[in-house]
Amino acid sequence: MEINILIGGAAGQGMDTVMNLLGKALVREGYGLIYTKDYMSRVRGGHNFSMLRIAAATPWTVVESTDILVALNEETYQLHQEKLTPSGRVIYDPDLFSLPDDESRGLPIELEKLAVEAGGKVMANTVAVGALLVLIGMEGREVERLLKESFAHKDGVAEKNIDALKAGMLAASKQCSACFTLPPLKEKKERLFIDGNQVLGMSALASGCRFLSAYPMTPSTGVMNYLAAKTKTHPVVVEQAEDEIAAINMALGASYAGIRAMTCTSGGGFSLMVEGLSLAGMTETPLVVIVAMRPGPATGLPTRTEQGDLEFAIHGGHGEFPRAVLSATSQEDAFYRLNKAFELADRFQTPVIFLSDQNYADTHRSVEPFNFDRLKYNRNLAEEAEFDKPYKRYRLTDSGVSPRIIPGRYKGETVLVDSDEHDENGNIIEDGETRKLMVDKRMRKLEALSNEMDEPDLYGDAQPKILLIGWGSNYGVLREAVDALLAVGKKIAMLHFSDLWPLPCRRLNELLPNVASAYCIENNASGQLASLIKRETGIEITGSILKYDGRPFLPGEIIAEVGKNDAS
Amino acid sequence: MMQANDYMINEPAWCPGCGNFFIREALAEALSELDIDPANLLICSGIGQAAKIPHYIRANGFNGLHGRAISPALGAGVANKNLKIIVESGDGDSYGEGGNHFIHNVRRNPDIAHFVHNNQVYGLTKGQASPTSDQGMKTGVQVNGVILPALNPLAMALVLGAGFIARCFSGEKEHLKETMKAAINFSGYALIDILQPCVSFNKVNTYGWYKKRVYFPEISNPGDWNSAMELSRQWGDKIPLGIFYQKPRPTFGSHIPVLEGEPLVFRTFNPAAHSGLQEEFL
Repeated sequence: MEINILIGGAAGQGMDTVMNLLGKALVREGYGLIYTKDYMSRVRGGHNFSMLRIAAATPWTVVESTDILVALNEETYQLHQEKLTPSGRVIYDPDLFSLPDDESRGLPIELEKLAVEAGGKVMANTVAVGALLVLIGMEGREVERLLKESFAHKDGVAEKNIDALKAGMLAASKQCSACFTLPPLKEKKERLFIDGNQVLGMSALASGCRFLSAYPMTPSTGVMNYLAAKTKTHPVVVEQAEDEIAAINMALGASYAGIRAMTCTSGGGFSLMVEGLSLAGMTETPLVVIVAMRPGPATGLPTRTEQGDLEFAIHGGHGEFPRAVLSATSQEDAFYRLNKAFELADRFQTPVIFLSDQNYADTHRSVEPFNFDRLKYNRNLAEEAEFDKPYKRYRLTDSGVSPRIIPGRYKGETVLVDSDEHDENGNIIEDGETRKLMVDKRMRKLEALSNEMDEPDLYGDAQPKILLIGWGSNYGVLREAVDALLAVGKKIAMLHFSDLWPLPCRRLNELLPNVASAYCIENNASGQLASLIKRETGIEITGSILKYDGRPFLPGEIIAEVGKNDAS
Repeated sequence: MMQANDYMINEPAWCPGCGNFFIREALAEALSELDIDPANLLICSGIGQAAKIPHYIRANGFNGLHGRAISPALGAGVANKNLKIIVESGDGDSYGEGGNHFIHNVRRNPDIAHFVHNNQVYGLTKGQASPTSDQGMKTGVQVNGVILPALNPLAMALVLGAGFIARCFSGEKEHLKETMKAAINFSGYALIDILQPCVSFNKVNTYGWYKKRVYFPEISNPGDWNSAMELSRQWGDKIPLGIFYQKPRPTFGSHIPVLEGEPLVFRTFNPAAHSGLQEEFL
C-alpha cells in the first residue's frame, strides 16, 4: 500500500515547494519517502516534474505509475496521464485549462483564484498542498507547523499560506476525501528528509572539511550551497573560484597548509581540474574531489543523470599516480563513505575522487539519523618525534607514505612540495635513479590503498543464478528489481560497488564462475564498469543493461530486461 | 636573526648573468631585514625560471603548476593566516597562463605579496613572446614580430582595485629590496612587476636598454590613483620605478568572520560533536 504523486509544470511554478512541504510533513508523521526531480536547464518555462512515492518503509526508487497527478499546466497532463492509474486523480486548475471530456479522473481546484483570495497568486502551490492532503487523508497540522517555521521571520506570510492551505483542503474535500489510503505505520521513527548533495555537505562538514573551493556546476552545486550556508555558524570557508582550475589549486594550497579541503564539480569542470589532480598526485597532497556526473560529452544534458565518467575518474590526469575512486550509492551509505574519502586522502596523501550523479544528488529520501560517532578524523600527521630533522617531505619509506607535517608547526622546519620530479627534500631533480625511486614510492601506496577498498555489497539470493552488477546511484533501483524478482522465485542477487578504484575483485572472482548469467547495469553507453571488470579480472560480463537517455533507471525496465533473457 | 646568506640555499640553475640572481639576493636581504622565520614563510610559485625560487630560498614552498601559483597561496592563507605568503613567478606564468587567477585574486585582495619576474619573454621554453613582450619583437614563433600590444600588468591591477602596485628593476637591487619589504608588510595583495633582463632570449630589453630608461619619479601621494595610472602607463624612453600606488583596502580574510582568532589549521575538531547538523532535516 503506497501512494505515488507526480507534480509537473513550468520551471518557476514552485513544484519544489509543494514536494518539500508535503514530503517533510509526511516524514514527520513517520512515512517513508522518496522524492525525485526531473528538470530542464532553464529557470523559467519548459517542463519540469517531481515524483513522490510514499510507503511505510523508505522506498529505494520512484516507480512508473502515478496515483495523483498534479498538473500545473496542460502539458503536464498530456505528458503524464498515460501513467496515471485507472483509479488515479488529476488535480488541475479549471481556470487555466480543461481536461478532455472522456477524462473522469479530474479533480478541478481553482488553485490560482483561491491563492489570490488568500493573499497572492504565488501561493497556488500551497493550495495544491492542501488539496493533496485531503486526497491522501492527512490532517493539516504538520504542514501548518512547517509553514510557521519557514515563514517565522516574515510578518503575516505564514498566516496567508495557512489560509491558502485551508482553501485547498476545503475545495478538495467537497469532491474527494481520502480517496487514497496512506500505508499503515507500525511505529513512528525519527527520520531525516534529505537529498544526496545535502548528505555530502553534512558529511564533509562533520568530517572536518574546513575549505571548499568550487565553481558552480549542476548537479554538484547543492554541496556548495549546503556548506556556504554553514559558513555563518561553523569554521568552514567556501570560496567560489573563478574557474575549476583555480578551485582545485586553492583546495590543494589549503590542504598543503594543513586543513581538510575539498572541491566539487561535474564532468566538464573535472576536465579542467585534472591538471590539478595530477599535481595532487605528484605533490602527495590529500584532496577530495566530488564529481557529480551528468551526461556528456561537453555540456551534454546539464540537469540529467549519467554514469559516464567512471573511466575518466580512474584515468583523468597526466602521468601515473595512485588515487582512490569511491561512489555514492545511497544517502545511508554516502554519509560515511565521503568520510572515508577524507580519511584515505589523509592517510595515503593522495587524491580521492567521490563519484556522485544527478540521480543521487537531487533525490530526497527519508533516512534514519546518521551516527556521527562513526565518523573518523585521523589526520595522519607526524608528531615531532616521528620525523627526522631536517624535515624531508618525501622521505622514502616502505609504505611509500612519508611523514607529513604542517608548514609553520615546528620551529625551524620547512615543507617543500614540488610539481617537478623531486628528491626527498622536494627539490627538483632530473636524474633517472631518483625519478625511479620516487615513482616507485608513490605507486607503492596503491598496495595498502587496495586493501582499504570495500568489496561490493551482495544482496539477494545467497547462491544466485542471476547476478546484477552495478555501481553508484543504481543501488536503489537494483534493490527494487532484485526484491521483485526474488518475490517471483528467481534465484537472483545484486553485487553493487561503492568503492571502484582500486577495484576490489575478491567477490567478483568468487561469484562470477558460479552464476548462470550476469549483467552489468549502468547509466552509460559503453559499459564502463564491465570494461573495468574485464581488465582487472579477465572476466567478461556478457549481459549488459545500459541506459543513457539522461534519465535514471526505473525498476520495471530492469525487471523486463532480465525477464526477457532469463525466462526460467 | 638570520643573515641574507642563510636564506639562500642550493645552487640556482639559471644562466650566468640572469636577472633572477639579483631578485633572489634582494629577497634574501629583505627577509633577513624583516627577520622572517622560514618556518612561517610560504613561497608559492608556478613553472618557469622564476618559479624555481622556492628551491633557492629557505622557506616553506609550494612549487605548483604553470600559471597556478596564486590559487594555492590563497588556500594556504585560509588554512593558516599566520603564514607570510609570497607568490613568485614569471610574466608568462602570472599574466599569461595564470591570467584569470591574476584578475580575480587582485579583486579578492588576499594578504599576499606577488613578485613577478618580468623578462618579457618565455625563458624556460626558449624564447617565445610573453604577454608583456613589446610589439615587434621577433622570436622563433613570432617570426614577423609580436603583433599583440603588450599587456600592462600594473595598469590592469590598478583598474581591478589593487592596493599596492610597484615597478622595480633587477639592476636596482637596493630599491627592489626596500620595495619587497614594503610589499611583504602591506596588508592585502601587493604586486611588484620586476623588470628583469633575460640574457639568453631577450636581446631587446637588455641591462643597457633598461639602464638608459629607468628613473625614480617623485611620488608625493601614493594614494593618488590617477597619478599611479599615469606612471603605470609610462613605457618607452622613460620607464619609472617605484611604489606607484599604496592604499590598503579590506583584505579577503577580513571579510570572513570564521577566520578570526586561531588559524583554522590549529583548531581542534571532533566529528561526534556535529550531530546537531541533522536537526534542520527532521
